[in-house]
Amino acid sequence: MKTFEKAGRATLLATGLAAAMGLSTGIANAAESVIMAVPTFLTGAGAPAFGVPARNGAEVIIEAINKGTLPAPYDKSGKGLAGRQIQALIYDESGGGVKQVAEFRNKVQKQGVDLFVGYISSGTCAAITPVAEELKMLTIFPICGTPRIFEEIDKTPKYVFRTMGHATADGVAEALYVKANLPDVKGYTGINQNYAWGQDSWRDFDLAMKQLMPSVPVSDKTQWPKIFSGQYGAEISALMLSKEPLVHSSLWGGDLEAFIFQGSARGLFRKKQLLFSVADTSVYRLGKKAPAGAILGARGPYGIFAANIDTPLNNWFRKVYQDRYSVPPVGGSYQAAQGVLAAKFAYDKAAAANGGKFPSKDQVIAALEGSTFQGIAAPVHMNRSNGHQAATKHMIGVLQWDKEAGGPIMTKVTEFGPDCVMPPPGVNGTEWLKGGMKGAKC
Amino acid sequence: MQELIVILVDGLVFSSYLFMVSVGLTVIFGVMKILNVTHGAFYAFGAYMSATLIGAYYNTDLPEFGGFLAIFAAAIIVGVFFGIVLERGLLRFLYHRDEHIIVLATFAMFLVLEDVLLMIWGTDPYYAYEPMALLGAVDIVELTFDVYSLTLIGLAVIVALGLWLGLTKTKWGKLLLAVIFDREISQAMGINVTVVFTVTFVVGSIMGALGGAYIAPTISVSPGIGVEVIVLSFAVVVIGGMGSIPGAIIGALLVGISRAAAVHKFPEIELFVIYAIMALVLAIRPEGLFAPPQARKI
Repeated sequence: MKTFEKAGRATLLATGLAAAMGLSTGIANAAESVIMAVPTFLTGAGAPAFGVPARNGAEVIIEAINKGTLPAPYDKSGKGLAGRQIQALIYDESGGGVKQVAEFRNKVQKQGVDLFVGYISSGTCAAITPVAEELKMLTIFPICGTPRIFEEIDKTPKYVFRTMGHATADGVAEALYVKANLPDVKGYTGINQNYAWGQDSWRDFDLAMKQLMPSVPVSDKTQWPKIFSGQYGAEISALMLSKEPLVHSSLWGGDLEAFIFQGSARGLFRKKQLLFSVADTSVYRLGKKAPAGAILGARGPYGIFAANIDTPLNNWFRKVYQDRYSVPPVGGSYQAAQGVLAAKFAYDKAAAANGGKFPSKDQVIAALEGSTFQGIAAPVHMNRSNGHQAATKHMIGVLQWDKEAGGPIMTKVTEFGPDCVMPPPGVNGTEWLKGGMKGAKC
Repeated sequence: MQELIVILVDGLVFSSYLFMVSVGLTVIFGVMKILNVTHGAFYAFGAYMSATLIGAYYNTDLPEFGGFLAIFAAAIIVGVFFGIVLERGLLRFLYHRDEHIIVLATFAMFLVLEDVLLMIWGTDPYYAYEPMALLGAVDIVELTFDVYSLTLIGLAVIVALGLWLGLTKTKWGKLLLAVIFDREISQAMGINVTVVFTVTFVVGSIMGALGGAYIAPTISVSPGIGVEVIVLSFAVVVIGGMGSIPGAIIGALLVGISRAAAVHKFPEIELFVIYAIMALVLAIRPEGLFAPPQARKI
């Protein structure tokens, strides 16, 4: 049986034509299987850092679900989703919101997709959310970072879920870490991409710092390079000339790596303390070129932060992933796999409640809403936004190079509970931060 | 004073980058009147080839500085190959068609080449930082700059001088200028326009590839790097005047130094600066600052 369909442009075109002609597109036994669309960046700048690792993580988990080889706590849950095999339709997320909305409609209305587990870009998720609700399509976002999905775009979702924390948790965890580990810091500045993710990241970190360390001055010249600009000479000069010793950055992918190359050559990391929100995606690839001493996050217990989490599921995932792709799993791998696990958990739980019969979509949704399931490396609590937004523990640490192991490691790691870094249920993240983070359980 | 000098240095480095990535586009448009969207793919292929050759070179025991030759070799290989293949294999069949058709054809080729690039190199990024590490750093007004980025200024000056000398002081350059001025009259006077077109396209392709090849050591060479370059190149070329090499120089300087000043003084408008300049120039001179004069045909 053909399990994975990796679609490039040509394949997508062929798929579209075939669908238009009423032909099967490799999804032959749809009635006896669950068709899971997995959109992720397979081309473009988002592919190396997030898209391809996410695809890889999803592939590993889907294959194990279909074979029934997942370790505990899923070792007794049988094969597939509620007994039905997953037929994964993995396709490219590139092209922007308009194209992805068209693809979404096409997959739902012409190809009979049962659920979506995917999307990486905050922009795409924002565009897809209202359409998923309109089409009543179960959609699980495993990665998108912007808090706006359930705080602005749809405050009462029924069909859309997100199975990881959002950018507010990054900002709070980072500020808490700075307060605990750099109590005498003389000021902070930042360099973040000038789009939704970069702006949200800086806003939340800045608001959290203003609450936790109100006397620490913030620069009035934080840097806002264009996404994918790749050239940071002037920004690095400005950061080096600034008097603030701490630099916050949510750069990712090629932008992050270019910034590290250019900054290293100019001694930026010797002169300033860098704090990277999501740099875990690059540390294995960069090896010794990754800036030792930088503070890193991964929006949860993912990637390098999960390297020492000793559970059967995590140990199995890391080994299978490493053996298959010859690199350790990074944040995107974990997060995508976690999204697929959410589907596994929800279908099986719904089937059990349905007397062992295959559940309806509404039953699956009811099973996932407000639940707690085991992610790859930590429990995932679906207890925000009416049970549609996840909260997980958060981890921040300092990157170092382990000479003996010959690889990067995280040191001085601090864990933050989900109720410490995520706004309480029903509370808008920005308002929560401005109001002094009331109700935070740290 | 320190900040002023730093803005100037940052601005010159970024201007050189802009000039290097846009000069190929303007050369091709100036002679052939083709808005070559494939330019972004030349840049990307140049970067990938450069990273590959640099990686291969530094796996040998050859002298370290020889790695710089890999950069230029990559540009020539990519530029000559794609220049000839695209011009002879596609564009020559479209010269009699509307300009919009040619733009669409080059856009289609850009998309195709982006996928070819993925087929060859995959989605993993490539690194080629050795040349940058080799040249080290230097302090200017107590601020550290990497020497490699500063050499970009020298390269841009050499390329600009080379093109100026080639166009104004050589027989070949005068033939080119004649074709730029009037293609039909040039053909009537016996100039082999077909050869001029092919050579121009190859030179423009090499320039585009050289931009990517030289930048490769400073970036993570990964999918999608060609897209951003097209936007920037178009902005510079439109400001300077389509097809004008002095225009590309002035356009690059204008944008580069303004952007550096914005980064240091008003970083929140950095994104806006390039397009603000473009809008301003187009409002005053819709044909750009240095657009070549158009012959009036009766």
